[in-house]
Amino acid sequence: MRKNMVVVEGSYAVAHAVKVCKPNVISAYPITPQTHIVEDLAQFHADGDMNCEYMNVESEFSAISALIGASAAGARTYSSTTSQGLALMHEALFNSSGMRLPIVMTVVNRALSAPINIWNDQQDSISQRDTGWIQLYAEDVQESADMTPQLYKLAEDEDVLLPAMSCMDGFILSHVYEPVILLEQSLTDEFLPTYDPEFVLDTKNPMSFGAFADPSTYTEFRYKQEKAMGVALEKIEEIANEFKEIYGRYYGGLIDDYVLDDAEIVIMAMGSVIGTIKDTIDELRSDGESVGLLKVRSFRPFPKEAIRKALKNAKIVITLDKNISVGKNEGALCTEVKACLHNTDNRVPVIGFMLGHGGRDIPLKMIKKIINKAKLVEKGIFVESEYADLREDLA
Amino acid sequence: MSLLKPGHRGCAGCGDALAGKFVLDALGEDVIVVSPTGCLEVFTTPYPESAWGVPWIHSLFENAAAVASGVEAALKSLGRKDNTKIVAIGGDGATLDIGLQAISGAFERGHDFTYICVDNEAYMNTGIQRSGATPLYASTTTSPPGKISYGNPLYKKNMPAIIAAHGSPYVATASIGYAPDLKKKVKKAAEIKGPTYVHVHAPCCTGWKFDSSKTIEVGKLAVETALWPLYEMENGEITAARKIKNRKPVEEYLKMQGRFKHLFTMAGENPHIKKIQEIADRNVKQFGLE
Repeated sequence: MRKNMVVVEGSYAVAHAVKVCKPNVISAYPITPQTHIVEDLAQFHADGDMNCEYMNVESEFSAISALIGASAAGARTYSSTTSQGLALMHEALFNSSGMRLPIVMTVVNRALSAPINIWNDQQDSISQRDTGWIQLYAEDVQESADMTPQLYKLAEDEDVLLPAMSCMDGFILSHVYEPVILLEQSLTDEFLPTYDPEFVLDTKNPMSFGAFADPSTYTEFRYKQEKAMGVALEKIEEIANEFKEIYGRYYGGLIDDYVLDDAEIVIMAMGSVIGTIKDTIDELRSDGESVGLLKVRSFRPFPKEAIRKALKNAKIVITLDKNISVGKNEGALCTEVKACLHNTDNRVPVIGFMLGHGGRDIPLKMIKKIINKAKLVEKGIFVESEYADLREDLA
Repeated sequence: MSLLKPGHRGCAGCGDALAGKFVLDALGEDVIVVSPTGCLEVFTTPYPESAWGVPWIHSLFENAAAVASGVEAALKSLGRKDNTKIVAIGGDGATLDIGLQAISGAFERGHDFTYICVDNEAYMNTGIQRSGATPLYASTTTSPPGKISYGNPLYKKNMPAIIAAHGSPYVATASIGYAPDLKKKVKKAAEIKGPTYVHVHAPCCTGWKFDSSKTIEVGKLAVETALWPLYEMENGEITAARKIKNRKPVEEYLKMQGRFKHLFTMAGENPHIKKIQEIADRNVKQFGLE
């Protein structure tokens, strides 16, 4: 353990990261497993360690709505939620992105009801894919914490101005105690400029926010959101590198890889399962298997070019999804990766596996089983996307 | 010139537009306005135009009070609150129905802001559908009279009482028919610290079906018949109510409006009009209007 490391809960590391980013307004509504983050922030506030307004609102819908008002008034804003709470915010997620408000939110990933389930998967944030929010997925607690100032810097960039969610797996990351470096205030002040937006609600310079756009102008508003996502695509990498220069840590920008260069089989995934995959790969490599990892860190904007480049030598691509599009029998990463390879010369088979839904554990042997299944394509057997970890006694 | 600029797309004779204008007349330039979705929002801001001479924000239908509370929190946190007023101006659907939870939260939290409900007693922006503010027996497109119906079967929700129950320091009712009274109440509400509320009755010639030259007259008649009592509540107690000299029977108000015309096609004594008269009589008693 490095000298400046401390063992804290994942939620505390994130709450501390939020604190050093100095938000002006925080809104909070409790939902498991997000609670520890907003509790830790409430304690910082109660102890006078944060100079901000902390709003206990009456729903997630008002949590995000209050931040829409606060952000438009020029405040740096923060909230955190998960699952049902994020689903309740759905309408306001579209709205805040369309209004180009750089709100930052931690989504502590959890399954959606019914049946009600408080454990981890990523159906919640994946289901908000098209809302116009930047979505980054963290692999471990340190990355979850470090993502926070990175996302403020990205969201508040005047050429981006889009809200951003930092996604961390519920319980697996939010409730785990790990050695981490708590973000230093001095380094964060150096890394993250103060928020000084050009367009604010100000009685000295009245402006109208949220006007009504008819068919003659609506399309261009949407197009400009897409263009801003394109800018974000470049800045995510840039900001990850700036972060590395100041703090000395790097987790990839849009993507990251692990023994990928010579790998014939490439596993793609997002979030905390990355650690399990790396351990599996270590074992398989020592057995002589040519397996590598392509971690997707940014799901929105989706790094099509970077993925195409990273997969150019792959013989088999495996995607792991903690979500399903019911009726497609496929997870979102699988669909997106297939789509970004289509219309290119790369005809590598992409085989999707869904697993770890509702908190089901993903052991190393599960990853191995998946790899063996995917290898069937080498024998010319067509493998469709499927659940990898179904219980046969219940299915 | 008014801070709600001319050239907006409100109907001729629009009560909402009058309310918006009177409210801004009362508040002046140092105000930030939050609008939920509704007529006032749509007809004042067809991009790239805006009728608002003050900073203005519209987010969604159900969240104006939450947005306003966020604006207030931001100004406080940034040290810019000073004397700036934060005022949400929402229609009856946005206030009594879909936005009620957010309003309740904002009043409970005690933000320093004023919520103004501009009540035209139905969802006018979508085409005259019934809301929680639609009065008994009014015809709307979703509460039409028919072979077994006399229009809206439900009583109007008592929103000022709901707000007063939150411990608001100031709750008032007003009408676009009484502009000086309306302006005085809006100014007072904005000047009192904490979450305050003004409920403005705003006749809609399009939805209520009367001639566009009669908006003020219809507004006055609602007050003169005691169907819309004008009063003030401070810390939960009624502190003032406008007395009515020579109270008029409710028929005079009802018969001016197409939305009640089905009530006048019945032979003999009309039990429905009688029930509406009872509402007025109860108001007189409750608020001491005579």
